[in-house]
Amino acid sequence: MALAEAALIRPKASSDDIIMRAGIAVVLFLLALFVAAPLWTLLSKSFHNADGRWVGLDNYIHYVSTPALIQSLWNSLLISAVCTAIVVPLAFVYAYALTRTLLPGKAVFQAVALIPILAPSLLPAMSMIYLFGNQGMLKQLLGGSEIYGAGGIIASQVFYCFPHVLMILVTALAMADQRLYEAAEALGASRWRIFWTVTLPGARYGLISAIFVCFTLVLTDFGIAKVIGGQFNVLATDVYKQVIGQQNFEMGAVVGLILLAPAVLSFFADRYAQKRQVSLLSARAVPYVPRRRKGRDALLFLFCWLIAGLILVIIGIAGWASLIKRWPYNLSLTFDNYDFENFDPTGWDPLWTSLKMAACAAAIGAIAIFTAAWLLEKSRGFHFMRGLVQFLATLPMAVPGLVLGLGYIFFFNSPSNPLNFLYGTLAILVINTAAHYYTVAHVTAVTALKQLDAEFEAVSASLKVPLPVTFVRVTVPICLPAILDIFIYLFANAMTTVSAVIFLYGADTKLASIAVISMDESGFNASAAGMAMCIVAVSLTTRLLHLLLERTLLARLQRWRRR
Amino acid sequence: MPYLEVDRVTKRFGMFTALEAVSLSIERGEFVCFLGPSGCGKTTLLRAIAGLDPQTSGTIRQDGRDVSALPPAERDFGIVFQSYALFPNLTVEDNVGYGLQNRRKPAAEIRTRVNELLSLVGLPTQGTKYPAQLSGGQQQRVALARALATSPGLLLLDEPLSALDARVRARLRGEIRGLQRRLGVTTIMVTHDQEEALTMADRIVVMNHGRIEQIGSPLEIYGQPASAFVADFVGSMNFLPGRVTGPGRISLGDGLAIDCTHAAPQGGEIRVCLRPEDVQVRGITDSTANRFPVTIAELEFLGSFCRATLRAASPGITLTADFSINLMRDLDVGVGKTLDIALPADRLRVFAGEAAG
Repeated sequence: MALAEAALIRPKASSDDIIMRAGIAVVLFLLALFVAAPLWTLLSKSFHNADGRWVGLDNYIHYVSTPALIQSLWNSLLISAVCTAIVVPLAFVYAYALTRTLLPGKAVFQAVALIPILAPSLLPAMSMIYLFGNQGMLKQLLGGSEIYGAGGIIASQVFYCFPHVLMILVTALAMADQRLYEAAEALGASRWRIFWTVTLPGARYGLISAIFVCFTLVLTDFGIAKVIGGQFNVLATDVYKQVIGQQNFEMGAVVGLILLAPAVLSFFADRYAQKRQVSLLSARAVPYVPRRRKGRDALLFLFCWLIAGLILVIIGIAGWASLIKRWPYNLSLTFDNYDFENFDPTGWDPLWTSLKMAACAAAIGAIAIFTAAWLLEKSRGFHFMRGLVQFLATLPMAVPGLVLGLGYIFFFNSPSNPLNFLYGTLAILVINTAAHYYTVAHVTAVTALKQLDAEFEAVSASLKVPLPVTFVRVTVPICLPAILDIFIYLFANAMTTVSAVIFLYGADTKLASIAVISMDESGFNASAAGMAMCIVAVSLTTRLLHLLLERTLLARLQRWRRR
Repeated sequence: MPYLEVDRVTKRFGMFTALEAVSLSIERGEFVCFLGPSGCGKTTLLRAIAGLDPQTSGTIRQDGRDVSALPPAERDFGIVFQSYALFPNLTVEDNVGYGLQNRRKPAAEIRTRVNELLSLVGLPTQGTKYPAQLSGGQQQRVALARALATSPGLLLLDEPLSALDARVRARLRGEIRGLQRRLGVTTIMVTHDQEEALTMADRIVVMNHGRIEQIGSPLEIYGQPASAFVADFVGSMNFLPGRVTGPGRISLGDGLAIDCTHAAPQGGEIRVCLRPEDVQVRGITDSTANRFPVTIAELEFLGSFCRATLRAASPGITLTADFSINLMRDLDVGVGKTLDIALPADRLRVFAGEAAG
C-alpha cells in the first residue's frame, strides 16, 4: 500500500472552476491584446528603423546626439521638479487645514479644490493666456516677459496637479492616531515639535506618493504644454511632433519610452509608499480629533480662501471668456462662441461623441473590470494565469496615456494587424480609455470584493448553486456602490482625457477635448474655452447625478444595510 | 460501514504540514467534535472533508463513495461558518431558500419548506427581515436553517458559536444538539472550546500539530486522557514530577512514595496527573493510601468553589485542588492551614517525560 499512501489527490475541476478558468483566459487574452501587445510594439519599434529593420540602439544614439531632443528632456525634468516643489507644500497646507482643524466651510473648500479635475488639463492654460497672453488683461503685470513657455506651463500645471496631490495628502493626513498626540503633549513637547516629530513622519509616505504622482503628472501631460508652451519644447509635445508632425514613428517610440521610465519609477515608489502607509496604523489606533487654535486657524482660513479663490478665478476666466464677443476689446456678452459649427466643421458633434465614448467606456469598462476582478479573486487554482492577469491589471497605472496611445497606433495601425479596422473608430477610443484607467478601477473592485465574506462561494457550492448565479444575486448587488464608483471614475476621465486619444481619433470620432485643442490651434480661443466649459458642465452634472443616485435609488436598493 | 471514513489524509502547504496522515471514521447520525488549539489542523481537516481545500494525499469516503478529488458542489454536505456567511442583501427567507430555488422546485413547495425550517430553528416570524436586523444568535440559526434546507447527509459546523456571547452560546449548544438528535444528521463541529465539545459531542477528536491525539467519548477524553497534551488541554490538571520505582509504585517529587494503578511507563522521569477535583480531603484515616500533609499556600475564589494551591511538606510537590464552598466551611479552610490529603490511586494518570515546570 506504499504506493497508495503517496498518491497525490488531483482535485477534479467543478463546472464552476471550468467557467471561471475560461473567464480568466478571456480576460488574459483581452489584456494581452489591449495592454501588453501595444506596449510591446512600441518597445520593438524603438529598436527598428523606418523600413522595419533591426537597428539596435541606433535610434537611441540618434536621440542623445540631437541637441533639440535632449533639451526637451531637460525642460521636462525642470518644469516637473519646479511644479512639484510648488504644488506639494501648497497642497499639504491645504490638506492640513481640511483634516486637522475645525475651519468653517471645510466641505466647500474641498469641493472647490477638486473642480480642476472636472476639466481637461488645458483649461487652466487657456485661462492663463486670457490673463497674461498676447491679448491678456493683466499682461502688464509680467513686465516684458511672456507667458508662453516655462512660466505659463508651470503656472497652469500647478492648478491641474493641485487636486490630484491634495487627494493623496488628505488621505495621508486623515489617518492619525490621537494617542500619539496625547503622549507627545503629556511629555511636554511644543506644538512645533509635535508637528515635526508626529504629524510629518505620520504623513511621510503620503508625501512621497504625492511627490512622485505630481512629478509624473507634469512630465506626461500633453495638453498644457501644447497650448501654452510656445517655443518651449517638452517630451510630451516632442512625441506628438515626431509622430503626427514628422511621421517619425521610430523617434516617437524612443521619446515615448523615455517618458515611460520616470513613470514606471514613480509607480513603484508609489506602491511602496502606499503599502507602508497602511501598515502604519494599527487597528487599535484612536482617530485624531482636531481642536481649535485661533491664530493658526485664522492663517489657514486665509490661505484656503486664497487658493480656493484662485481656482475659482481660473475656471471662471475661461467660462467668462467663452461668453465674450471680442477679448479684450469688446467685453459684451454673447453665446456666439458656442455656435461651434462656425469655428470647426464638426460643430457640436465632438461633445456628443465624447458623451457616447465616455458612456460606453464607463458602462463596458465597469462591467468588464468588475467581472474580471471577481474572476481573479474568487477562482481556485490556475495560479500562473491569475498571476499574469494580476500583473497586466496593474501595468496601465505605470503607463502614461501618451505612451499607451502611441503603442495603440503602432499596433492597430499596422496593415498586418487583423484588428486594423478598429483604427479611427469609436470602439478603439472606448477600449483605449478603459485600458488606460484599468488599474484604479481594478483596485476599487478588488477592495470591494475583499470586504465580502470569504465563504460566500463555499456556501454557494455546498448548496449546489452555480457561482455565476451567486455572482448575480449576491456579489453584484452588494458591490453596486463600488461598481457605480468605477463607472463614474471611467466616465469622468473619458470626458477629459487628451493624451491617449490624441493619436487615435478619426474623422468621425473627434472628441470634445480634442476639439478644444484644434479650435485653440486655429485661433478660436473663445470657442475652445466654450467647449472646455461644456466638458466641465457634463462632468459636474455627472457628479451631481451620481450623488443623487446614491442618495435615492442606491439607498433604496441597499436598505438591507440598515440595522 | 461507517458513514464517513478519513484515511491517512495529509495536507501540506509548501514545507508546512497541516495534517499528518490523519485517519478516523464517523458513524451515521453521530455528532463528532474536532477539538484542539488554533493551528492544530482541525479546520483544515473540516475543509478537506468539504472539498474546499482538498488534501494533498489520502482518501475520504462518504457514504461508501470516494469523494477525495470531488469539488465541493459534487459532495453532499451543509456548512455553517463562524462568520455565518449569510447573504446580507437577501431576506432570511431567501437565504434559507437559496439552495432550494436552484433546484427548480415549485415556489409553493419552497415556501413550505422554508417556513418549516424557520420553525425548526425557532424563528418562524423573522422571514422577511434582513440578516443585519437580527441578533448574532438569530443569524446563527438562519445559517443553520440554510445549511439544513437541502437535507444534506453531513452537517459541518466551523466554530459556529465562537462569535457569540457566553449566555447565547450556552443556550444554542443545547438547541443545536437537540436539533441534531431530532434530524439524525451526521454532524462534525470544529471548536477550540473544550466545554462546548464535552457538552455536545458523542465523540471528540482531540488534535494537535496536525495529528490526532485521542478519539473518544467526552467521558473518556476527560477521565482517561491518552496523552499529556489531552490531559492538559481538556479541563484543569495537576502535573507532578516523579519516577517509577516498581510495579504500581511511584516516587513523587523528592521521594514521596505513592501507589498508582494506571500502567506506568517503565523507568525514567514521568509526569503524574491528577484533576484538582479528584484531590481527596474528606474521610482520610491512617489507613488511606497516598496520604500526606500539605499547607494551603493560596486560595482563589471562583464562585461555587475555591481553587487552592497546596504545598506538600516533602519538597518539590505543589498542586491545586478544588474545594467546594461546603467543604471550606466544614473544614474551616484558610491560607496557612495544614491538612491531610490523599491522591486516589485509581485517578492518577502517568505519562512519560519530565514535567514542564
